[in-house]
Amino acid sequence: MFARTAWLVFRKDVTVEVRSRETIATTLFFALSAVLVFAFALVKEGRVVADAAAGILWIAIAFSATLALGRTFERERYGDTLRALMLAPADRPAIYVGKLAGVFALVVAAEMALVPLVAFLFGAALLQRPVLLTGLLLAGTLGFLAVGTLFAAMLARARSRDVLLPVLLYPVTIPVIIAGVRGTVALASPAPDEAMALFWLTLLLFFDVVFVTLALWTFEPLMTD
Amino acid sequence: MLQRVFPVALILAVAGFVVAPFLIAGAPYESTMGLVQKIFYYHAPSGMMMFLGAFVSGTASAIYLMKGRPGADRLAAGAAELTVLFGLIVLTTGPLWARKAWGVWWQWDARLTSSLLVWLMFTSYLLVRKYGGPGSDKLAAAVALFGMANVPFVYISVNVWRTLHPKTTVIPSLVPGMRGPFWFATATFLCLFLALLAVRVRLGERQAQLDDLYRAVDDDALEEE
Repeated sequence: MFARTAWLVFRKDVTVEVRSRETIATTLFFALSAVLVFAFALVKEGRVVADAAAGILWIAIAFSATLALGRTFERERYGDTLRALMLAPADRPAIYVGKLAGVFALVVAAEMALVPLVAFLFGAALLQRPVLLTGLLLAGTLGFLAVGTLFAAMLARARSRDVLLPVLLYPVTIPVIIAGVRGTVALASPAPDEAMALFWLTLLLFFDVVFVTLALWTFEPLMTD
Repeated sequence: MLQRVFPVALILAVAGFVVAPFLIAGAPYESTMGLVQKIFYYHAPSGMMMFLGAFVSGTASAIYLMKGRPGADRLAAGAAELTVLFGLIVLTTGPLWARKAWGVWWQWDARLTSSLLVWLMFTSYLLVRKYGGPGSDKLAAAVALFGMANVPFVYISVNVWRTLHPKTTVIPSLVPGMRGPFWFATATFLCLFLALLAVRVRLGERQAQLDDLYRAVDDDALEEE
C-alpha cells in the first residue's frame, strides 16, 4: 500500500511533467543562465579559476533544484490539489516519498545535461571517474531534495514561500554542497583522489539516511493542521 | 521550573558580570597574544551558550512536533532567540580577536564557518516564525530539529574542509591562573542564559494567555449579536 501510494504520486508528477515539460525546460534554462553568470565572474583573461567548475556545477544544481521544488508544490497549490492529496486516505509518508521521487527524477534529468555542459564550457575533467561522480551526484541530490521536499511541502501554505524556501534550505544543506563540491574537485583533479571522494560520498550517504528518516518521521505531524 | 530559577539566575548573572572583569584582569597574560587573549573569556562561553541554545531549541522542537505541547514550542522559540543572540556575540568578538591574532578579520576556518552556519540556521528559524504566517510554528520546529541534526554534519564537513582555529582542547590545557576566570565567566554566561530563557518563556506564556482572552471576548461579542 505504501509503495503503491508513493508510485501513484510519482507517476502523476512524472506524467504531468512529461506532458507539459514546464519545469524541466525552465529549470534547465535557469541552470544555463546561472552557469553563464558564474562564467563571467570566474573566468579571468580566458582562463577558469582553479576548481571553479565543481563549484559552478553544484551551485547550478542547488539553484535549479530549489526552483524545481518550488514549482512542484506551486502547481499543486494552484490546482488546489495539495488539499486533495492530504485528504486522501493514504499514508502521509508515502506521499512524501512519491513527491521526493518525482523531483529527484526531474533534477537528475537536468544534471545529465548540466554535467557535460559544465565539463565542456570550463574544460574540466569531470568524467575521469564516472561511477564515483554519479554516486556523488545521486547522493548529494537526494540529500538536498530530502530536506527540500519537506520544507517546500510545508511552505506551500505559508506566506512569502518563494523567498523562505532558499532561506531555510541553504543553511541546512551546506554540508551537501561542501561534500559535493570537495568530492567533485577530488575527482576532477589531474590525479583523482579516490579516497577523498569516497569519504565525501560516505558523508553524503549518512546525511541522506539521517534526513530522509527525519523527514519521513516529521512529515505526518507537519502536514496535519 | 524555569520560573523559579529566574530570580536566582538573574542575581548570580549580575553579580558574576560585576566580579568577572576583576578576575579576568587578575589572570595571567598569554605569552604570545598578550591583552587580546582576554576576549576569550567572553568569546568561548558565548559560543558554548550558542550551542546549548541550539540543542535546547532542537530538542524542544522535537517534543513539540511529537506531543504538540505549546510549552515546548515557547521554550524552543526562546532558546532559538538566545542562540542567535549569543551567536552574534561570538561572531563579533571572534573577528575582533582574529584581527590581532591572525591579522585578518575573517578566515574561512572550520570553527568560524560552522558557528556562522549554526547561527544562520537559527536565524532562518526566527525568520520563518516572523514571516511564515499562520502555522509557521510547526514549520519552524522542523527547521530547528533539522538544524540540530545538522550540527554534526556541519562540524565534520567544515573540519575536513578547513582548520585554523585553536582547538577546543585548548581549554583543559589552560594554565591554572586562566582556568579559574574562564570557568567563572562560563558559569556567569550560563546564569544569564537561564535568566533570559526564563523571562522569554514567561513572555510567551503571557502572550498566549492574552490571545486566549481576546478570542474569548470575540466569541462573546459574536454570541451577543
